[in-house]
Amino acid sequence: MPSELDTLNVFASPQSVHEALRKVGYLADNGTASVVFLAERLKKPILVEGPAGTGKTQLAKSVAEMTGSRLVRLQCYEGLDESKALYEWNYKKQLLRIQAEQVAKGVGETWEELEEDIFSEPFLLARPLLEAIRAADPVVLLIDEVDRVEVETEALLLEVLSDYQVSVPEMGTIKATQIPFVFLTSNNTRELSEALKRRCLYLHMGYPGKQRERDIVLAKVPDIRSSLAEQVVRTVQLVRSLDLKKPPSVSETLDWARTLVVLGVPELDADVAKQTLNVLLKHSSDIERAAKELGTATG
Amino acid sequence: MSTAGEPAALGEGVFEVFAEFFGELRAAGVPVSTTEVLDAVEALAHLPLAEREALKLGLAATLVKQEAHWRTYETLFDLYFSLRAAPAEPGAQTLTAPSGLPEGSLPSASELSDLAYRALLEGSPEAIAALARAVVARFSGIEQGRTVGPGYYAYRALRQLDVDGLAERLAGDALEAGGLEGRVLANEYRQRLELLRSEVQAEVRRRLVSERGAGEMARSLRRPLPEDVDFMHLSREELAALQRAVQPLARKLAVHLARRRRNRQGRLDFRATARRSLASGGVPVEPRFKSRHRSKPELWALADVSGSVAAFARFTLQLLYALSSQFSRTRAWAFIDGIDEVTGLLRQATDIAEAVRQVNTAADVVWREGHSDYGHVLTDFLAKWGKELTPRTTVVVLGDARSNYHPIEGWAMAEVARRARQVFWLNPEPRAYWDTGDSVLAHYGAHCQGVYECRNLRQLRRFVEQLS
Repeated sequence: MPSELDTLNVFASPQSVHEALRKVGYLADNGTASVVFLAERLKKPILVEGPAGTGKTQLAKSVAEMTGSRLVRLQCYEGLDESKALYEWNYKKQLLRIQAEQVAKGVGETWEELEEDIFSEPFLLARPLLEAIRAADPVVLLIDEVDRVEVETEALLLEVLSDYQVSVPEMGTIKATQIPFVFLTSNNTRELSEALKRRCLYLHMGYPGKQRERDIVLAKVPDIRSSLAEQVVRTVQLVRSLDLKKPPSVSETLDWARTLVVLGVPELDADVAKQTLNVLLKHSSDIERAAKELGTATG
Repeated sequence: MSTAGEPAALGEGVFEVFAEFFGELRAAGVPVSTTEVLDAVEALAHLPLAEREALKLGLAATLVKQEAHWRTYETLFDLYFSLRAAPAEPGAQTLTAPSGLPEGSLPSASELSDLAYRALLEGSPEAIAALARAVVARFSGIEQGRTVGPGYYAYRALRQLDVDGLAERLAGDALEAGGLEGRVLANEYRQRLELLRSEVQAEVRRRLVSERGAGEMARSLRRPLPEDVDFMHLSREELAALQRAVQPLARKLAVHLARRRRNRQGRLDFRATARRSLASGGVPVEPRFKSRHRSKPELWALADVSGSVAAFARFTLQLLYALSSQFSRTRAWAFIDGIDEVTGLLRQATDIAEAVRQVNTAADVVWREGHSDYGHVLTDFLAKWGKELTPRTTVVVLGDARSNYHPIEGWAMAEVARRARQVFWLNPEPRAYWDTGDSVLAHYGAHCQGVYECRNLRQLRRFVEQLS
């Protein structure tokens, strides 16, 4: 399916992005579809920001599936550095090469030739960023939880994101043969630098509305009755309106719906809801608070 | 969809409007760089100009890079674009279609009230939007040439519709439904009423813009961005929004203050160096150092909750609450002319509203008359908790240092500073007012590592970032 042509203007409109995503099982809202469409046209990375569990990472995976691309993922963490993000010289292999040289002395290679040899392609370990840039096949690059790296490390990404190239001092600049689709996700634990934001299209992914969340539940929990799905989603929306430490994410809604299906609950009422709240909420104070809110009407 | 594919032909006039729009975004404080404007213009070539929603969302991706700025963007976008697309007089045909009213005539007040009730029961956003249009057409009584703010017209329309009565009626219905369903319904009705209110406001703006022009409307609506709103003048809604912003900031503050100093070596470890030197024939080639004792930093926050900084105090408590949930070695005190530790109260509270209530009712912060007395507060603090101050403690005082001409007792502050690792003072007053009247900041500030003006989120963020 994927061909050279496919990566070029695959989509006629945001609407067609929406439909293509739906086909791979991702129910996008209008904003998401518009931004993905635009990113594809402008060849710009997308910065997806929003609370955990709203489908940020899933979006990248779905776009990869939709375009028939390979997903290259860089998981960020505090202390991530060049050698883990960009590339590293395979020094063990380099050492072996030099030793092999000494054994076979007399072949007559000068140091310059040797140096040239050991700092070349076969001795380079490509890490995700370089791998995505060098890939010959279409790739989607996912830089996950970029807010976890320090501000200084963020700068590492800038060259890749704006020019789609990586500079390796010993070898020169490696340019992308084709421009990959890039997603950066952030849980907003800290403000990202202006420089990074400027290079990206911005997409805020909040909690879905009632209708969309119900559609998601119906699509992902196959055996659920639509009346139960409706109840689940409406209750979740109520719980989200409370002031909680960690409001339930979409994935937690799905877990809850699955639990209710497994338990064979025909209809959600306050008692069942209270008993199963621990699937939906992960802080004891949140559970207490929600139970109070859901329960008072019965008493 | 028709314009997608080939670059849209941007007429001269259209481009002018966009340029004005970008300018207005900047004027409203949204940081839009030149690169971003260029991106937006490039995006215009690909976006379907006829589809307002897609245009709005697509353009936003290039211009608005912070969720907090979305509302400003949306309001301005509506002013500049959607309103032009809508018919100048969206009276008869638009409102009759979804709501099923007789054509051509405006509904009477009672009809409209009935209609509103049904639309809110049913709850589809389209019905509510149609309702808002009808309500504004019927009730707002917009007069040509009168320079009244849009808020006034919206308020008048909503009052004539008797929204509060409607809200009560719906709440009654929800209560009757009972059980979980009742709870869920009550929440949904609340949200729908909120939607109706904002739709009415948008509709009023839409009508006014055709009369006054987008530029002028934008200027009259210009409000500070969430991060620039003065803590002293926070509206309820802004306070709620602030809470979300404070959370990550509190975490960051906690992280900075808690950061253990790395890469710092301790004193020379003579024994280890001597032992090591045996390997090199007794020459101490490589000195060894004692690793520093790992300190566990603590954060102590002292917050003024007196009347003069009442609004600020609400915010401070939010900050304290967020801090104490992030960082277990945080302790908090509230004070007016007496001081009381509120760490436990904050930790027990399940949400910020309860935390504020608890502090206001349970904390013993009034000593004599309930007017700030920094001198007494500091001496009292020193007497009760001073022994627990250690060189690992960072103290942050949040207050205006207006001591109502009570004794200053600067020595107490000096003593606190001597025992603690560092002391910071955050003042919610503009710098120009410091040390005027009964403000005695200079006497305390002299003992602090830093005194900062902290009137809005931006300044608070700067303080936090500077710590790192």
